[in-house]
Amino acid sequence: MAAPTLERTVVEAPAVVDDEPRKRDLSTTTLDDVLAALGSILGALGLVWVLYANLLPTSGTLGFVVAWFVVFLMLYAGVTAMRHPRTVMADRVAAAIIHAFAGLVGVALLFVIGYTAYRGADALGYGNFFTSDLSAAGPLDPLTVGGVLHALVGTLVEITIAVAITLPLGVGCAVFLNEVGGRFARPVRTVVEAMTALPSIVAGLFVFTTVLLMAGLPRSGLAASLAISVMMLPIIARSAEVVLRVVPGGLREASLALGASQWQTVWRVVLPTARPSLATALILGIARGIGETSPVLLTAGYTTYLTFDPTSGPMVSLPLMTYQLSRSSEAVDQSRAFGAATVLLLVVLLLFVIARVVAQRSKTGRR
Amino acid sequence: MTTDVDRPRPVRPSVPLSDRVFRGVVRAAGGTVLLIMGAIGIFLAYQAIPTLREFGWGFFTEASFVPDREELGIAAVGLFTLQVAGVAIVIAFPLALATALYISEYAPARLKRTLIAALDLMAAIPSVVYGLFGFVFLTPHIIYLSRWLSKYLGFLPFFEVNTDVNAASWEQSMYTSSPFIAGFVVAMMILPFAASIMREVFAQAPLGEREGALALGSTRWGVIRSVVLPFGKGGIIGGTMLALGRALGETIAVVMILAPVFDIRFRVLENGGVTISSLIALRFGEATPSQLSALLAAGLMLFLFTLVVNTVASMIVARSRSGSATEI
Repeated sequence: MAAPTLERTVVEAPAVVDDEPRKRDLSTTTLDDVLAALGSILGALGLVWVLYANLLPTSGTLGFVVAWFVVFLMLYAGVTAMRHPRTVMADRVAAAIIHAFAGLVGVALLFVIGYTAYRGADALGYGNFFTSDLSAAGPLDPLTVGGVLHALVGTLVEITIAVAITLPLGVGCAVFLNEVGGRFARPVRTVVEAMTALPSIVAGLFVFTTVLLMAGLPRSGLAASLAISVMMLPIIARSAEVVLRVVPGGLREASLALGASQWQTVWRVVLPTARPSLATALILGIARGIGETSPVLLTAGYTTYLTFDPTSGPMVSLPLMTYQLSRSSEAVDQSRAFGAATVLLLVVLLLFVIARVVAQRSKTGRR
Repeated sequence: MTTDVDRPRPVRPSVPLSDRVFRGVVRAAGGTVLLIMGAIGIFLAYQAIPTLREFGWGFFTEASFVPDREELGIAAVGLFTLQVAGVAIVIAFPLALATALYISEYAPARLKRTLIAALDLMAAIPSVVYGLFGFVFLTPHIIYLSRWLSKYLGFLPFFEVNTDVNAASWEQSMYTSSPFIAGFVVAMMILPFAASIMREVFAQAPLGEREGALALGSTRWGVIRSVVLPFGKGGIIGGTMLALGRALGETIAVVMILAPVFDIRFRVLENGGVTISSLIALRFGEATPSQLSALLAAGLMLFLFTLVVNTVASMIVARSRSGSATEI
């Protein structure tokens, strides 16, 4: 008795499944949608090829693509209008425009990065590009001589000093605004918010006038770090405050209700809760500080020598090196400029990946 | 006995020493930041006074910037600044809006987080990279577009170029290093920034209204038009203005592209121009005290203008955010 039933269930299993309501296809794209778009694209290509490239006295790739897109929109609208109400037509045309523009943005931005990396690959291909400075390399020397080491070191030294200044001040200021508050907090918040509007070149000019001209310090890495700090401080303070503001108040109250002091609450509850997003905000601020050229241009001076000492003598950073080399008309220098720009992009990308990893870890771990 | 129970206990928490130290330290941090930031503002204003007092209103109406000859004004410089920023906004606005709409409304859910991260990464690309790209790659290609615009739309005064557009061998150098190209590069720079603010606001458009629109038979574009855009209006305006604030202050990309010319004119396609920030970058090196004061005055004007734009923008964005949370 047991054996046949077992056999029967096995045989009938598919039939039972068939009886159940089948999972519905939730995708809303129909064959009509796909074919209308595809047909319009191809039809427009043919029409534009005949008219634009062969019949009319027009030429040029950009014009061709623009004409193609416009004709496509018209065909697409027409094809849709034949079978659908006007709302569907508007929906499809809007979707086509939005997709095209967004795609254009994506392609353009990828192209900027790709082009920079492609041109920089010439210089990056030589190992010496990472291990030597430019002191021995004249504008006519090939790429086998000279590199970005001095600028890389300069960037790291300058940003380290700037972070050492802005991190405690900025986070302290944010903690003050958010946790302590009081009457004094209002002017601080207003001024910090206003100063995020300070153009970076004006920050550079401020340090140039005060530190270099009035205090008489030479152009140096330290002056550059000060300029970067002035630019970064309001950004860091503001983003840190925004992050601290979203820490739920219930956590604070619970901590205080358990008898913790305010200091313990901030140190043990508020800051750890906000740590991942705080880290992300700070790293993004640092990325902006690293890439900014104009404050450095006014304060750092330009050199081709490797130096580790920020207090005396010029110290060059990656953006400044890129800028200076790009003004040379020699092809080799342009390759080096692109190489330096690529290294700069890599540094920013690295910071970004770190920020992502920090933000990611908070979501998966320790809960 | 009852009085003993009813009398409220005085609640006077004593602040422990650690807290007093803590408050003192963070208050000092806040004070230091206030001091530094305030000092910059006051310093700029103070340094600008001699120039403003000497030139008065002429400072805003004079085109040339030659401190040695006592001809000093930011009329031309300011106009070029607005032109570059204007070109940048005109190009960036529709693209940023479409990008933000795509990411918030059309992109597949799997891709969304990647796209948002990519947008943030784009916003962090240093301006010198965009400048280099614009200077080396874009300029030789975009002059054809410039020429086309001036040829067929030259009847519009700002598309005019002071050369014979129909000449067989056209003067390419008239079209390079123009405010248009600089604005184009700045547009690429501010685009991700504007798009990311807009997207953030679009994402907060209330779900209930979205679903309501869909339930009433609305198409996706219908949802965008009747829910997302009205709720995100503040974000669109504010994001664009914040991007405008960045465009006004952008230096390096503009310095790399614009050839310095001090004229009051509106021909954006024509070679030459100088913005306030590029003026500072070009002239700080040779600065005599009077020239430095003039540069600081120009910098102050730029800062004040950016400040107004940014403040209004943040107000608009903040209001749109708080108002978007409707209850159902």
